[in-house]
Amino acid sequence: MKFIPLIWKNIWRRKFRTTFTLLSIFIAFVLFGILMTIRYSFSFGVEIAGADRLVLIHKVSLIMPLPVSYQARLQQTSGVQVASHQTWFGGIYQDPSNFFANIAVEPEPFLKIYPEFIVPPAQVEAWRNDRQGAIIGRDLAERFGWKIGDRVPLTATIWLPKNGGTTWEFNVVGIYDGGDGVDKTQMFFRYDYLDENRIQGEGQVGWYVVKIADPAQAVDLGHTFDEMFANSSAETKTTTEKGFVEGFAKQIGDIGSIMIAISSTVLFMFGLVAASTMAQSVRERTSELAVLKTLGFSDSGILGLVLTESLFIALTGGLLGLGLAWLFVQNGDPTNGMLPIFVLPTRDVLIGIGLMMLMGVLAGVMPAVAAMRLKITDALRRT
Amino acid sequence: MRWIAQTLAVLALNIRTIPARLSSSAVAIIGIAGVVVVFVSVLSIAAGFQAAMQSTGAPDRALVLRSGADSEMTSGLSGPDVEVIKQAPGIRRNGQTALAAAELMVIIDLPKLATPDAPANVPVRGISAESIPIRREFSIVEGRMLEFGTNEVIAGRAASGQFVTLKVGDTVVSGQNRWNVVGLFETDGGVPETEIWIDARVLQGAYRRGNTYQSLLAQLDSYDSYDAFRDWLTSNPQLNVSIRRENEYYATQSQALTRLISTIGYGIAGLMGIGAIFGAILTMYTAVATRAREIATLRALGFNTGSVLVSVLAESMALGLIGGAIGGTAAYLAFNGYQTSTMNFQTFSQVAFAFRVTPGLLAMGLFYALMMGLVGGLFPAIRAARLPIPMALREL
Repeated sequence: MKFIPLIWKNIWRRKFRTTFTLLSIFIAFVLFGILMTIRYSFSFGVEIAGADRLVLIHKVSLIMPLPVSYQARLQQTSGVQVASHQTWFGGIYQDPSNFFANIAVEPEPFLKIYPEFIVPPAQVEAWRNDRQGAIIGRDLAERFGWKIGDRVPLTATIWLPKNGGTTWEFNVVGIYDGGDGVDKTQMFFRYDYLDENRIQGEGQVGWYVVKIADPAQAVDLGHTFDEMFANSSAETKTTTEKGFVEGFAKQIGDIGSIMIAISSTVLFMFGLVAASTMAQSVRERTSELAVLKTLGFSDSGILGLVLTESLFIALTGGLLGLGLAWLFVQNGDPTNGMLPIFVLPTRDVLIGIGLMMLMGVLAGVMPAVAAMRLKITDALRRT
Repeated sequence: MRWIAQTLAVLALNIRTIPARLSSSAVAIIGIAGVVVVFVSVLSIAAGFQAAMQSTGAPDRALVLRSGADSEMTSGLSGPDVEVIKQAPGIRRNGQTALAAAELMVIIDLPKLATPDAPANVPVRGISAESIPIRREFSIVEGRMLEFGTNEVIAGRAASGQFVTLKVGDTVVSGQNRWNVVGLFETDGGVPETEIWIDARVLQGAYRRGNTYQSLLAQLDSYDSYDAFRDWLTSNPQLNVSIRRENEYYATQSQALTRLISTIGYGIAGLMGIGAIFGAILTMYTAVATRAREIATLRALGFNTGSVLVSVLAESMALGLIGGAIGGTAAYLAFNGYQTSTMNFQTFSQVAFAFRVTPGLLAMGLFYALMMGLVGGLFPAIRAARLPIPMALREL
């Protein structure tokens, strides 16, 4: 403890250099935080996808419809807790650039399948009573300033309404929330409203989501379902929700990973540069370290002094940077809804702190060890 | 004149001594090169995607979709509708037949060659006889044209390179359907090269689509007959359709993804740029500090402060230029022409494209590098110019 003033003096012996080293590390970790957020966003929340949920889509592709009659047969299969369907609506709010996902669901089974969507019971009740009711995610509500009770018109792209025109109207009856990593940019409304009022496609649904009792049975149940509908007009392909989301992320292809890879490489270079600057500042002081040794400091004492100093710089710059990145991410997705899941995962924060420590140790330890090994007389001669 | 001569003399001195300060100069060069790599390569993704989308379609062709539909995927036209549309004025005619092709689109799941375990949404276009003569850019590059009325398909060259079972002689299996690949085609780059083409009537049968289509592509008499064509269709009470020029349709589709990638590219490169400027400041500060005595000597000899200032700035910009050149070259070598495919969210289907490191991007990268050098050198340069001579001479 008593050496803190000494360490402090050493850190600021070249104010200019220390300031800019700190700033470089700061920027590097701001970037690190943002890159990890983007990476997570490109994975479409695969880490929170439920292992106990299966997704059934048409064997040919996701856009082909399935009959609504599959629901009963799925529900009767043993091992199934809840089976429900969802249908992509593809409605546009005012302008295509306002894109968000709007999906027709069956309210009660839907909320049972997705316990991570938290809706107050009164709002669930309101949804049950309002055919045109819709629940929207907190982020979506904030984005357009929508409140409960608002009436939201969406322009149809796929399903035209029977009463003419292209506009469907919905009442916001609830706002769902959820933990980090839950997509809060979606809108869910009632399938019966859609099905009764669309011109064509009656009795068709987009895909099924099935909540099963035992995740270990996922593969077997998947086969059971696919065999159940084999040789029908709409054969199915069942995957776990995780597999489905992963597959979707892979459709984006390697452009996400390439962007992340390039940026991470460059970030690593930034880190090396900052570390080498810090190491240089220790090397410059070899003769001072020798003086300390002459005064009776032990080797480990000197190592401690130097490491504390470099760790201090790395952690100060890094934590401030990561903190700023966190604040930025809290502010929400800057790309107008194109990255629906925009959070900085805790795991990556921990990795970041680990990197800061590693950087501090690497920058300090090599020159410090080199200094320790030097004979005092040699070191003192080197001015 | 003397001022310029002085500046050049100091600059030459600075540049010639860079090797002596190599490790500290490397900090600036590496930093700036890194930023330029990120900047150029990330934006080359956007440029490549945009080029693929914008090279598709012709302004003298019009695409008819159902009103409200934002893509061929979500559109729908009935057989009778198609017959009405073909009566519209402004369509080029070959005797009695209008040069207009009703088409339909289906997406099928085929794995990418790169990730054989994950299916990707590959678009299948059902074509009519007129589809081929309308697309002047179409040519068969391998095998032969499909025969209408059979289960033969032809695949775009890019699709063939990205997805499984799309070589000539292969069989595409989708649900209960099996289609034989008999040829590969090109359309001068562009989106259709990621598609599989099949007779529209065969596709209607395979997916129980009845006598319905999704879009109609019409060859206009000329660029200017578009208005007449559009007005006739939109004022026809039998129809509920929207019309756009084919090239504009594809250009609009590229906007969302291009914007996303550009936002990320500019954002990350911008932040990294700040980091690189700090690196450059450190380097130039060190350079000025280690040569404080030289600089003071020069000034004592009568070199004026202006030339000292400019020379430090110029050195910093030279470092920026070197970094920019290294970064641009690296990005070009690593990514130009890199073939990949991604999902076009408007149609939910795959589009293959190549990264494009364009001269414009390289120039922007180099300019950005120069700016980083300039800003990074500014404060150290002022410091060098202000160095009190007696003190600096005594330093060290």
